[in-house]
Amino acid sequence: MVSGTAQRSTSKAGGEGPLAVDAEGLVKRFGEVVAVDGLDLRVPRGVVYGVLGPNGAGKTTVIRMLATLSAPDAGRVRILGHDAASDAAEVRRRIGLTGQFASVDDDLTGRENLVLIAKLLGRRNAAARRRAGDLLAAFDLSDTADRLVKTFSGGMRRRLDIAASLVVRPDVLFLDEPTSGLDPRSRLQVWDVVRALVKRGTTVVLTTQYLEEADALADRIVVIDRGRVVAEGRPADLKLSVGAGAVRLRVADAAQRETAVRLLADATGADVVREVDPLALSVRTETDQQAVSALAALVEGGVELSDFSIGRPTLDEVFLSLTGHDTTPAEEAA
Amino acid sequence: MSTQGHTSATTPSGPQLVAALDDDERPAPAGVLRACSTFAWRGLLKIRHVPEQLVDATIGPVLLLMMFTYLFGGAIEGSTGEYLQFVLPGALVMAVLLTTTHSGIALYADRTRGVVDRFRSMPVWAPAPLVGAVVGDAVRYALAVTTVLVAGLLLGFDAAGGVPGVLAGALLVVVFAFALSWIFTAGGLALRSQSAVQSAALIGVLLPVFVSNVFVEPSTLPAVLQAVVDINPISHLTTAVRGLLSGDPAAADILLVW
Repeated sequence: MVSGTAQRSTSKAGGEGPLAVDAEGLVKRFGEVVAVDGLDLRVPRGVVYGVLGPNGAGKTTVIRMLATLSAPDAGRVRILGHDAASDAAEVRRRIGLTGQFASVDDDLTGRENLVLIAKLLGRRNAAARRRAGDLLAAFDLSDTADRLVKTFSGGMRRRLDIAASLVVRPDVLFLDEPTSGLDPRSRLQVWDVVRALVKRGTTVVLTTQYLEEADALADRIVVIDRGRVVAEGRPADLKLSVGAGAVRLRVADAAQRETAVRLLADATGADVVREVDPLALSVRTETDQQAVSALAALVEGGVELSDFSIGRPTLDEVFLSLTGHDTTPAEEAA
Repeated sequence: MSTQGHTSATTPSGPQLVAALDDDERPAPAGVLRACSTFAWRGLLKIRHVPEQLVDATIGPVLLLMMFTYLFGGAIEGSTGEYLQFVLPGALVMAVLLTTTHSGIALYADRTRGVVDRFRSMPVWAPAPLVGAVVGDAVRYALAVTTVLVAGLLLGFDAAGGVPGVLAGALLVVVFAFALSWIFTAGGLALRSQSAVQSAALIGVLLPVFVSNVFVEPSTLPAVLQAVVDINPISHLTTAVRGLLSGDPAAADILLVW
């Protein structure tokens, strides 16, 4: 259950019918640079699917190929069973896209942006205006609806952008870094919308650099790095795949530390790390059960603890251990 | 997923969001015509929101017309009145051509924004945004033509061709500009930066305008330049417009423009 977990149960969550996104062997080159290098993606229906990776990992390139904006140099994309190359019109009927750089028109007002989209998607004038008004109210943009978008704040612009993708509720919604550059409150708002959409059957594919976001929001995550998949699975599975976690503790009396080391080693069978702090120890565990019994062994052995914690590895640690290099520092903004 | 208690405190939520998301309506997307007219509407909205951009389509050409008439008119033709008669059709052509550069620039500005990605990911006829933009430009051309014509008439231009001649001349210029704007549209797609588009467009318009019969009689030019002027489509356009406005249309020139 430790390392094989990433591969299991791709079909379960989606129910009957074709996958929301089924991409095979995607390759995209820009001159000499291979941005996407043989990438497979299988997104079941009705989930939030997180595409996680640092800047330059190829996330946006992948999204653009999935959303019919750029043709892959190799491989194929199917959205709900429709081929993105030969049946782009049908795919476009079913998807929504909110790009990394707000896909709204700066020179129009917020309302005009939504009316424009509504008209293009087939609503007549009055119906288009009504739909725009409803969405503006829903996204708390009514007060600023008649201002030009270029005067909007980042959060307002992003909300408008997402609203524009929902003029007709799409079956598959692509969100390319929907929360980058947003304040924490606006991020939570976006998360709420995503959750509400998934409840209504929309599949959301979102890219993010925020590990915390993928953890909080996504049912499944694919970690990509340099245009390749380095891991795929549920967030919890990914954390498990680098070990369930670690027990960190401090003994009350430094004299008891070696006793504690022996007891922990017996209980877990793993190497016990003596931290720089003369009272502190840590040991990696494979399961939560093991962590609990290790602590129990200490209590039975009469070792007094001043502090302890059982921690899961963070997705940062997961990323580091999967890709061998750190995520970029810029993303720690939140 | 854990649903935290923040839901009620944050803004886009509550019954309005629920209602907006519950909307299941999925009409058939707009057809080619409706898509084009919707994008044309977008072009008009942009003019309405930034009316300053019309300055280069209206006041600019009028200033140039007056400058050429009163500054150089006496020197070139002997009298400002006569030169006006000669230069107005050319000024008309120039005014509209300068306006066409806007197409490429606007398109470039569009392309560098994400909004084009959104349009392209939607189930609408792919060229519709371009058609819409160009239709929006037609309004600009019409305005430029009208302004210069009115200014010319106020300054004393004698339109011997009468109303039909004036209308036909204006129409010819607009149609030509329309065709030319596609070149700038293509340029807007091909070039790398907005300033590149801007300067390319300016050179691409000003050079042929000056090396033509817009401002001077080609017969006063060196032979080499005369040859260039003769094959310059802008010369033919200007001749044709002159003919139409003065009531002496040369069918050959109009056809040549086509």
